[in-house]
Amino acid sequence: MNILKNIETIRDDFPILNTSVNGNKLIYLDNAATSQTPNCVINSISDYYKNLNSNIHRGVHSLSQMATEKYEDTRKKFKSHFNAKSSKEIIFTSGTTHSINLISSGFSKFLNEGDEIIVSHLEHHSNIVPWQMLCEKTGAKMLVIPMNDKGELDLNKFSKILSKRTKVVFVNHVSNALGTVNDIEKIINLSHNVGASVLIDGAQAVPHFKVDVSKLDVDFYVCSAHKFCGPTGVGILYGKKEWLDKLPPYQGGGEMIDEVSFEKTTYTDLPNKFEPGTPNIAGVIASGIALDYINNIGLEEIKEYEDYLLDYATKKLQEINGLKIYGESKNKTSVISFNIGDIHPYDIGSLIDNLGIAVRTGHHCAQPIMDYFKIPGTIRVSFCFYNTKDEIDSLISALKKATKMLS
Amino acid sequence: MKIKDIQEQIVEEFEIFDTWMDKYEYLIELGKSVPVIDEKNKTDDNIIKGCQSKVWLHAQHDNDLVKFYADSDAIITKGIVSLLIRTFSNQKPDDIINASLDFIDDIGLRQHLSPNRANGLNNMIKKIKFYAIAFSKTN
Repeated sequence: MNILKNIETIRDDFPILNTSVNGNKLIYLDNAATSQTPNCVINSISDYYKNLNSNIHRGVHSLSQMATEKYEDTRKKFKSHFNAKSSKEIIFTSGTTHSINLISSGFSKFLNEGDEIIVSHLEHHSNIVPWQMLCEKTGAKMLVIPMNDKGELDLNKFSKILSKRTKVVFVNHVSNALGTVNDIEKIINLSHNVGASVLIDGAQAVPHFKVDVSKLDVDFYVCSAHKFCGPTGVGILYGKKEWLDKLPPYQGGGEMIDEVSFEKTTYTDLPNKFEPGTPNIAGVIASGIALDYINNIGLEEIKEYEDYLLDYATKKLQEINGLKIYGESKNKTSVISFNIGDIHPYDIGSLIDNLGIAVRTGHHCAQPIMDYFKIPGTIRVSFCFYNTKDEIDSLISALKKATKMLS
Repeated sequence: MKIKDIQEQIVEEFEIFDTWMDKYEYLIELGKSVPVIDEKNKTDDNIIKGCQSKVWLHAQHDNDLVKFYADSDAIITKGIVSLLIRTFSNQKPDDIINASLDFIDDIGLRQHLSPNRANGLNNMIKKIKFYAIAFSKTN
């Protein structure tokens, strides 16, 4: 589907894009925080509660079986999408943060004092803090892949800090703050060469391009549905079967057990081992509908269109006097972080909010990046395939107005 | 001047502006004015952290009055800070403790004090009250 030719039809799928904010038409440019939801996903959630609501995996009655079928079909959808070897390697969680905590917590079984784990300077706090907690618990040491002024990782320095002591490396596929696309193929190869496993945070990648976990040979790959037009509260965790079999359960409860007695409890197999309790059934099924929606448009089309928006926005932003862009990697997704002179990003964000423009300001849960650039935060615009060139023009006009008021 | 009267005065000042843009321009003008805290008091102890912008708050107890000095690294926050200082500074501790903050709603800037703005303003107001409580106990 050619997005540019069909942009109005696509936008009609998203009811929120027709709303107003502060008396102005909403211009939503905060997609890296969360993307908007098309009617088919909204309807899926509504239909579930109207026609299908029933606890899954447990019941013999028809409603339960139908709900279970839809839930498990969704698992198969994600298995195919990511080219995993088995559906058992797809675990549904409540989000990327939950997935990372599940994996990092599991690693406490394998880490000891003297072991090393490696994080990158570009990480979101969700891919830093759980690992710091793990180090406090196990005595392992965390090393950091440094970044450069362009917002790229220095993989030469990375290869120097890798060693036989390295047990796990965890890096984002795409930086949420800067849009940098990291060379994870190289990171995975280098890590595997020393026997380290790799977790890739794909939250900011999955909405923008196809990911093949088998080709990458990645050990763990995590993402969140709400970043690719799905509902909030659903995460997709891919893990190689041999790793998911080794990791202990994260949370205990119903569903993840084989037999329970007060003397001893045994756990069930994948994937249920990591899906205790009643899951977000409606959310998971709707996430599958969101996946269908973006695949129907086509991820290659989406990438091409978003690159077009990124190039246009970058060019127009650079025409604003005193504007500095952070994150100048040649390989970026449609995210632009910037500041204008010495103006505090909060001031700009507050003013353009009154013109209906939604951007994110602050440290974007990536304080180490802000510390590197010695800034309190940035203004971040992040595009999705339903944004338009006209919206970018409105953004530029609003920024110029705000800058004039604040200078 | 009593806290209630100061707030009424502020509301009257803002009433002359028809549009939000004019209100923000006035706030920005207030924010650009001379900072109301000595550089030497912009210490880590006096920082009130917000996710988005920082506020520094310093307080002194002087002849039964509490004097506040404050600043922020964001202009709009600083403009609101200057209004808060104008309202609460040079007042008795008990008057500060018992005062309600009405002018923010009346001038249409409530969104700047919402918790999710995380700009330090909510915490600043809490700290103003805590200072007042502490100083009232030392009387």
